[in-house]
This record gives sequence, structure tokens and C-alpha cells, in this order.
Amino acid sequence: MTNNGTALEVKNLAKHFGGVYAVDNLSLKIEKGSITALVGPNGSGKTTLINLISGLLSIDGGAVVVGGAALGRILPQELPAYGITRTFQNVRLFEQMPVLDNILFVLTERGVFGALFERHSEFHLKHAEEVLRLVGLWEKRNELAVNLSYGQRKLLEIARAYAMCNIASKEGSGGKYEVPPVEENREAGVRNRGFLRRRRSRRHAVNNNNVEILLFDEPFAGLFPAMAETVAEVFRALKAAGKTIILVEHDMGIIRRLTDYVFVLDSGKLLAEGKPDEVLARREVVEAYLGE
Amino acid sequence: MSYFIHLATLFSIYAILGVSLNLLVGFTGLVSVMHAAFFGIGAYAAAILMTKLGLNFFLAAIFGAVISGAIGCAMGWLFARLGGDYYVMGSVAWNFIIVSIFINWESLTNGPLGIPGIPKPSFGNISFASNASFLALSLIFLVCVYFVARWIVSSSFGRVIKAIREDEEAAKVFGYHTLLFKVAVSGAASAMAGIAGALFASYITFIEPTTFSVMESVLILAIVIFGGFANIRGSVLGALALVLIPEALRFAGFSQEIAANMQQLVYGLVLILFMLYRPQGLMGEYKF
Repeated sequence: MTNNGTALEVKNLAKHFGGVYAVDNLSLKIEKGSITALVGPNGSGKTTLINLISGLLSIDGGAVVVGGAALGRILPQELPAYGITRTFQNVRLFEQMPVLDNILFVLTERGVFGALFERHSEFHLKHAEEVLRLVGLWEKRNELAVNLSYGQRKLLEIARAYAMCNIASKEGSGGKYEVPPVEENREAGVRNRGFLRRRRSRRHAVNNNNVEILLFDEPFAGLFPAMAETVAEVFRALKAAGKTIILVEHDMGIIRRLTDYVFVLDSGKLLAEGKPDEVLARREVVEAYLGE
Repeated sequence: MSYFIHLATLFSIYAILGVSLNLLVGFTGLVSVMHAAFFGIGAYAAAILMTKLGLNFFLAAIFGAVISGAIGCAMGWLFARLGGDYYVMGSVAWNFIIVSIFINWESLTNGPLGIPGIPKPSFGNISFASNASFLALSLIFLVCVYFVARWIVSSSFGRVIKAIREDEEAAKVFGYHTLLFKVAVSGAASAMAGIAGALFASYITFIEPTTFSVMESVLILAIVIFGGFANIRGSVLGALALVLIPEALRFAGFSQEIAANMQQLVYGLVLILFMLYRPQGLMGEYKF
């Protein structure tokens, strides 16, 4: 690893389903601003790890460290406050809502009363347009998500995660929506400085969509080459903006081409880690994938 | 003429119930079969306040809406962890409990005998005692509820409750405390049902527990299904149809007694046929 600092750390993380350990005392560090791949055979614990980090599964042991705070319990609704967002292995869109609404949903007010008194504005529309144009879905904005093809659905989900990053809005807002420094924002959200203050900080972070870490679960699966290239472009844009990307992926070509660092999991444990070319050539990694 | 005024008044009350239930069922995806309970809470609260404390109808209606809304919030919170079929079962059970309370808390509700002599509304020198003036009043309430509902669903709040209906877990991941949204929409829908209850109590001038049974909740649900999920106008249309169709049966040569029973038959058939052939309802924007 280079020396950009750690964006996210997993310390002795454990998750078991009955007697089966899906994640077994796992520790790893993700470098800031990197594209990191989690690879491993089916059932190796990759998606479980993503679900633990994003709060969709409860942690049985260990902690996830973000912004200097060790979290033993993460609630999904607090995820953006920790500067994290995600996509899902099986695409999860708001199916019977238009494409545009799927993006506007992540751009608007999170609080009940704030949302009640808010109508989406030109600012929201402009931001949504930038994001949808990036993945070539602007023309489909009024179609229901359920009517999109599989690849388009995948792109929309990735666009929704991208919209959480506030990259487009910095240009679109004309300086109207100032984003506080990321470190200050995230640390204020994570530290235990008192309930009210923490809540205010979280709300602040959420409303500005200041996500720094993006978890992608098999973003390239089932995409034809042109769409896969669009996703790769989105990843490059995110990396250029200094975002940290963690992706679960099986395509070794994509991993070699796109990622900076690889963690290989097997049976919930860390099997190997390092630069893609070097790690994917290791005998134990090949054996884990293909058998002895 | 007075017969048509009577039907129009019933339509406006049931349209308020349909519009409010659509917020829960059509927009948030919470299939509630307890709306008659909140209708009843509003009716009983207003009736008790008017007959025992002598409160003006408008104040009583406001209190009825607040009490119904508060209990709706509590139920929204309690049932928030129940999904799908469990929510339906829980809501049916809650309707049974409320009717049971209406029957058994005799010192407050007068038990099975009900509350008679509920006064008609008046405001200063203006009286709404005549059927025509009451119709005007109930239509004003319907228009208010209609626009409040439209305002809610066209806001960012409306988008969030639709997202909750689609995938609550995914909605959470993007920073929404979905429980609070479900509690808020339950409270709003229940408060609107409470207003309909106050209007009903004052219009009929007599209420008794069985009026607010699960069957009544099924009727209100049928209005939403007929008119269409996630469409406010659809609920108004659904109320119009389901209030008028059974009345039309009276003119089809059936006796008075049979016509009343036919009402249940019509509602049952409407539910089955719509589920089979048009699950989104007449003007629905959402399909279960």
C-alpha cells in the first residue's frame, strides 16, 4: 500500500450463521482514494463483509473503523453519515418509481419535516441530469425503473451511488451549497460528542451527500462491454475525485485493469492481499478459485 | 333530492377515508385493515366531546383528528417492524380491539347502545343542520383533505414513502430513518380518518360500535383498490363508485333487505375482480 492513509479498517470482524463463520476474525485496511477489490470463490464472505460494513447484517465480533471511530454496531440509516454508500449484488432499485425519482431520492432532504416542506428544485434536477447523463440514462428519466433492461438497471444503481458523492453538485450549485471539509464532517458524525451534536453533524453530512467510500457488489456482472466501460469511466471519475472504492468482482481482467489493491477471501478469512498482478498469480489464490 | 344529498354526503365522508387510506396502502405499501378503527376513534372522540362536554363541532373534530392521529402514530410505531402479511394481521387485530373497547368501555362510550343525540355543526350564527348545508361542509372538508394529501405526496416526503413501499432496506441505506416516515404517514392518515369520523357522527347524529368493524375497514380498502393505488383522484372516484353502486341495486328490483346484503356481495366481487384483472385499480399508479 502507498501512504494516503486509511479510509476504512476492519478489525477482527466476525459474523456467523449458526455454526458457519461467514466472516472469521477478518482484519484489513482500505487505503484512501484507492480502488480495492474483494475477490474469492462463492461463499468466501465478500458480500457478507459488504453487508456488515453497511449495517445490513449485525456484527458478531470485532469492529469497523471509519474516521477514527471503531463501530461495533452500524445502523443502515447512519451509513451516509459515516461517508459510506453502496450498491447491491442483486440490483435494488425503487422499481415502480421513475428513473429520475430514483436519483432525486438521494439528493433531497432526509428529515421527516424537511422532506414534507421540500419540493425538488432546479438544483436537484440539474444534479440528477448530470448524474444520469454520465451513465446515458437521462433520456430514460421518465420511465419506471422496472421497465429498464438489466444493464440499465445496474447503471442506474451505480448512478444512484455516484449521486451520493456530491461531485456533480459542486459544479451545479454555483457555490450555493457549500460542502464542509470531509474530515471535519465525518469525524463530527462519528465521534461520541453528545447525542444532539452528533445528530446535527450526521444530518449535515447526509444532506450534503458527502460520501467518501463506495461499496460496489459485483458492478460489472452481466454487463455488455460498452456498459462495462461506462461503469469503468464512473469509477475513474470517482477515483479522480479522491473517493475510495471497494468492489466485489470476479472478472480478473477488470481487476487487473482497474484496481490498485486486492484482498482475496476464502471461507471468511483473508487468504492473500497485494497488488492485483502479484496476488492473482499466487498458487494458493488460483487453487482457491479453481481447486487443486 | 334529499336522497341524492344524503348519498353525496356519504360519498364525501368515504372519499376522505379512501384518500387517507391510500396514503398508507398505495403510497407507503402498508396494507392497513384498521382504518375503520381510526374512523371510529374520531367519531367517538367528537361525539363524546360534543355530547358530554358541549364542545362545538369544529373543536370536537379537531380534537378527534388529533386523538386519532396520535393513536395512529403509536400504531405506526408499533407496527413498523411488521412487514407484509404480518402488518395486515396486526391491523385486523387492532380493529377488533378498538371495537371491543367501544363495546365494553360503557362509562365512556355507552357500550353497545351507542351515543345518540350528537348535535349538528354550527359556527356562530351559521348552522349546518340542514342536509344541504352539511353536504357543503363535508365537501369543504373533502377538498381540504384532498389538497393536503396531494401536497404530501408531491413533496420529497411523498417520494420517500414511495421508496419505502418499494424497498425499505435500500431506502435506509441512503440515510432515511424510515420508521419516522412510517409513523408520520400513519399519523396523518389516521387524523384524516378521525375528521371523517367526526363528520359521520355529526351527520348521522348517532354512532354505535359495529359501524366501525373490520367489515367497514374492508369497505374502505375496497374504495382504494377500486380507485387505484397511489392515486389520490382514484380514491375519490372509488368512493363515488362504491357508495353509488350498492344504492343502484335498490333500483334493480331487489327488496330493501336483499339490497343491503348485496352491498357486501358487491364489495367482495369488486375486490376479487380487481385483484384478478386490474390489480392497480382504475387509476392506479402502483401494482402490488
